[in-house]
Amino acid sequence: MSSTTINKAGNELMNAKELRADGVREQRLLLSLATPALLAVIAIIVIPVGWLFYLSFVGNDGHLSLENYQKMIEYKSYARTFVTTFQVSLLTTLLCILIGYPLAYFLAIMPARLAGFFMLAVLLPFWTSLLVRTYAWLVLLQKNGILNDFGMAAGLWDEPIKLVHNLTGTLIGMAHIMLPFLVLPLYSSMRKIERDMMHAAANLGASPIQAFWKVYFPLSISGMVAGSLIVFVLCLGFYVTPAVLGGGRVVMVATQITAILENQFNWGAASALGVVLLVATLVILFAVSKLFKLDNALFGKH
Amino acid sequence: MHNSPKQAHRVRKMLLATGLTLSTALATGFAAADPITVVSWGGSYGAAQDAALFTDASKNSGIEIIRESGASMSKTCLQVESGSVTWDLVVTGSGGAASAAAKGCLEKIDYSVVDVSTFYPNLYTDYCVGSDVFATVMSWNTDKYGEPGSPGAPKSWADFWDVKKFPGTRAYRANNVDGALEPALMADGVAPEDVYKVLSTKEGMMRAINKIRELKPHIAVFWGSGAQQAQLMKDAEVDMSTGWNGRFDNAKKDGAKVGYTFNQALLDYDCFAMPKGAPNKDVAMKFLNEISKAEYQANLPFHITYGPTNQKAYEVTTASKELIEALPSHPKNVPMMLPVSLDFYAQHRTEALELYMELLSE
Repeated sequence: MSSTTINKAGNELMNAKELRADGVREQRLLLSLATPALLAVIAIIVIPVGWLFYLSFVGNDGHLSLENYQKMIEYKSYARTFVTTFQVSLLTTLLCILIGYPLAYFLAIMPARLAGFFMLAVLLPFWTSLLVRTYAWLVLLQKNGILNDFGMAAGLWDEPIKLVHNLTGTLIGMAHIMLPFLVLPLYSSMRKIERDMMHAAANLGASPIQAFWKVYFPLSISGMVAGSLIVFVLCLGFYVTPAVLGGGRVVMVATQITAILENQFNWGAASALGVVLLVATLVILFAVSKLFKLDNALFGKH
Repeated sequence: MHNSPKQAHRVRKMLLATGLTLSTALATGFAAADPITVVSWGGSYGAAQDAALFTDASKNSGIEIIRESGASMSKTCLQVESGSVTWDLVVTGSGGAASAAAKGCLEKIDYSVVDVSTFYPNLYTDYCVGSDVFATVMSWNTDKYGEPGSPGAPKSWADFWDVKKFPGTRAYRANNVDGALEPALMADGVAPEDVYKVLSTKEGMMRAINKIRELKPHIAVFWGSGAQQAQLMKDAEVDMSTGWNGRFDNAKKDGAKVGYTFNQALLDYDCFAMPKGAPNKDVAMKFLNEISKAEYQANLPFHITYGPTNQKAYEVTTASKELIEALPSHPKNVPMMLPVSLDFYAQHRTEALELYMELLSE
């Protein structure tokens, strides 16, 4: 009796060993499948970013120095452009959530075929050139633009409203361009939410509003966070839209990098800006992921 | 006109069919060399140079050229520093050429080949040969402030700053300090001839920056390109703007209510520079000599209102008196203007840009 127990335990131990070894073999095999992707990432991301990192420590005279970073402390414009960049990106993301969430919800509760039709409204602009859309907003929003002309002709306001060449115009343009990046992931995660959950909530006595906030909204958060992150990170590197619609008042990091390159041909100083933006972004993402437990949102674990 | 590197699409075009080149080369006794690569800006500027300079000069000299767009000194320096120079002649602003030369990106011009004996003395340097003269002027909406020269019309930078006498919005340069500080000092009462002396100290630069800060609430737009200057005036988006005279002339041709004055304007020039280690240095130098001749420069005003750098072009041109007198380098206009100091930009550009960016990012 006791010997069989020991035998059984021994077998289990051996089995466990075998299984573990098997698991490791399988993981190695799977990892080898990822080799081409890994090599590609090293070739097109790790090496160039490493090079950028190195360049940022090369001074104007070609020797290693910290001057590029010192300059960022010496002149206030650098700190300000970083603040502006993160501010504009955050506001754009919030605007996208504000507009995109109801839109995605509207699409998600529709019959699939009808939703496909309305989805065109999101996708058509998405397929249009960014430059074209940016200039279209300029035509709409400027002092003698269509919107101001209409508003004044209709007697809604007497003086042209300043809608563009400032932060307002920049945010309008950027939110429009970024909206699909939020709506698409959000829509797909909303589609996966079982309608029965809402029925069950109603069955248990929740009002529609309660059911939405207690059941539907928490389930849609992962899609929303994923979409918001895409929007936020893409906004950080925006160049054209703030340059055209910001009227030179919204100076973002990309603008300053261009100014340095075109006027000073100083790769080191431009690289340093890129490095700081990259590091600041990683720090922010890390902080946010700790705060919201983003692993779920990013890797789709529910 | 100036750098538009965003239009990165490269227009490669062979100007002459090989047969034609060969026959010309034979006729002029030239050995057929590799074609040289000539890089200019896109839009009406490059087109004007094609029409006035490159096509004819190539035909007459038998030098075959490849034309590209997207000229930029930063790209030139990148080519030089990475040791893969493909450009032979590059159009640049005078200030850009000075900075690039200071960085060691440019080849010295061989003035035993390039004849500048009839050039204005200030319009060529060791590293670049002037191609045309333009002016950074103040322009305004003529419906609002009157035609240039009419009583009550703006006359000086002090008027540009005077928002009581000329209420309305302004446009000013974005993200580039070239030609941005001088007007502020003149508006602040500095005599044109003293402007660069004052600017060469940090206090002087700050004086200019503070003067622009004073106007900033009225600056509705900071422009980033010549095309934008024209568009802002055409759409009446702003009432006054700084900018390049040729752009405003083109806007006027398109129906914009815009006028400008050469008074206190900044006289500046564009030029041809050669990247260090240009692949066809000797042939390119000969071509540079060819396009610098008065006979070609004389045709430029027909295509864009920028003046010749070769004085002799005024003698041989067939352009009307009216057109010639509207050019920035016309002897009648030059005394009204302040010639841009390359020394100032070579020494202080970096610091001036940092200070200007600080103001813009406020």
